[in-house]
Amino acid sequence: MDFVQNFPFMSILLSLFSGPLCSILDGKWAKRVNAIVITTIGGLSVSVLLYVVRTGQAFVYRMGHFPAPWGNEIRVGVLEAFMAAFFCVIMLLCMVSGVREREEQIEESRQNLYYVMANLLLCSLLALIYTNDLFTAYVFVEINTISACGLIMIRQTGRTIEAAIRYMIMSLLGSGLLLLGICHLYAVTGQLLMSNIREQVQLLTAGHQYHITLMVALGLMSVGLAIKSALYPFHAWLPDAYGYATLSSSAILSALVSKGYIFLLIKIFYRVVGFELVMESRVANVLFVFGIIGMIMGSVNAIRTDNLKRMIAYSSVAQIGYIYMGLGLATEAGTVASIYHVLSHAATKSLLFVAAAGLTDASRGEAHFKDITGAAYRNKLAGVAFTAGSLSMVGMPMFSGFISKLFFAQAAVGHTHKMLPTFIALAISTVLNAVYFMKTVIRIYTPVSEGTGRAVSLKEQPAKSAALVCFILLNLILGLNSDPVIRLIQNGLGMFD
Amino acid sequence: MHFEYLLQNYEEAAAMILFGIGFSNLLLQKNLIRKIIGLNIMDTATYLFLALKGYIEGRKAPVVVDGVTSVEAYINPIPSGLVLTGIVVSVSVTALMLSLTIRLYRRYHTLDLDEISTLLKKEGK
Repeated sequence: MDFVQNFPFMSILLSLFSGPLCSILDGKWAKRVNAIVITTIGGLSVSVLLYVVRTGQAFVYRMGHFPAPWGNEIRVGVLEAFMAAFFCVIMLLCMVSGVREREEQIEESRQNLYYVMANLLLCSLLALIYTNDLFTAYVFVEINTISACGLIMIRQTGRTIEAAIRYMIMSLLGSGLLLLGICHLYAVTGQLLMSNIREQVQLLTAGHQYHITLMVALGLMSVGLAIKSALYPFHAWLPDAYGYATLSSSAILSALVSKGYIFLLIKIFYRVVGFELVMESRVANVLFVFGIIGMIMGSVNAIRTDNLKRMIAYSSVAQIGYIYMGLGLATEAGTVASIYHVLSHAATKSLLFVAAAGLTDASRGEAHFKDITGAAYRNKLAGVAFTAGSLSMVGMPMFSGFISKLFFAQAAVGHTHKMLPTFIALAISTVLNAVYFMKTVIRIYTPVSEGTGRAVSLKEQPAKSAALVCFILLNLILGLNSDPVIRLIQNGLGMFD
Repeated sequence: MHFEYLLQNYEEAAAMILFGIGFSNLLLQKNLIRKIIGLNIMDTATYLFLALKGYIEGRKAPVVVDGVTSVEAYINPIPSGLVLTGIVVSVSVTALMLSLTIRLYRRYHTLDLDEISTLLKKEGK
């Protein structure tokens, strides 16, 4: 066994143990430890990625060297390693850009607790990406929920606590359904490792046994994870949570947390129940319909709100809708488009949150539309970044958002029933996106007389400016070099079997 | 429909009914404490279901006391292990929910989530 194969397990352990470590450090040192841990894990994930690309096949890491039905396993292919590395980059940029907000909004004595939560969140995301065991996945889903709740409520205001409790309620409903689905699957297959369940499921479908139970399990797990990742009717907690939490939290929550659950759902589709079964079941249709409703209703809500941060939060609801629409197409191309959109949305939404924070800094900290008029003149880089993010969301060529829309449309072509609804939804949603994002861009570039805020220069916020530039570059890289990324995703999906 | 299956597997049916009760309480109750009770009913129902799946009639818990090592003598221990893990998860989640409830109650002196939302809107922040 090559030494590199230990890296995924090491990264999970590293982030897990750095959490408690941060709880005994003071705020400054916890911040440093956190940055070092994320960078190290990013480096480890990149080397794992290079290793898997070179060998061309996925590897299984057995914990404690117990063989298959008894031991717990980690399984790493190209897609898993790439996701881990990408999540680390986004997480690091989000943490760096929100330093000043965290120092202002969180009490001095609680600063280190924030990093405990951030490290545990990273740990659970990595475990969700890498694990080959369904019950381990459930446990880390709960750890993810708890640490995300901590990230929301660390800024102690009435709004954030209320948002945290609403988030917990929705998440617990989702994880209850997920657990029940796993139990049903265990009851008919007697296995917990994903690859073993897959074998048993194939035997059961070949023998036409327990078809209803399998469908119920698939439905419960899909709906559970859909609730947890805020698919449209279950999004009520999201605007408050994203809109009032501290900057790094909003950016991390919107970019990473929901994406971890979506990635787990894709793993369940491909590696646990098998995609053939998903195709013939009606679960995909349900996800498709709710995805489309979410795409449109999320944008409609975003148009109606008068608060910049809440608008970006509602736009997240719409984008989650896109991802579920792609999954609901139940084709290989649809899944590829969805995974690409996961990357694209992670890069764009965190960019928008950071840029919005820059704009509100230049408007006396207010996020209301009437206050941010002309803010792009007072904070030039944030204005440019917000425009870039908006163009990407609307789907301008060169940016990543364009590519994902293109792939969604291509994936829908030739689909007998779903082609027309997809095209119509894409068209309506693009127009709606353009309405609210361009409205905001025009507003921040509308000159106003003096007295609505103060100018913020680049030097004043070096961390945020650097992060903004990195986010814009990441967006352009994803948009201009989409071919290698798409090939990597296809390659990774191939390794899922 | 095969209603006789429901009677044969009445334990599983009871677990599912309990799950439904817990789920709808967690979703629909306005009172936060009632929501948390619903959460616990829901989780416990899942554990009941899991424990049932591991139980084999006439066999004992897999603890070797009188030298019997045959697999035939014992029940399946894995679901029991899963139940234990699940209990740990639901205890920590319940503790977190209760602490959040205390925070909200100290601020707004009510346990009604809708009332808290209206109060928040009045604050207008």
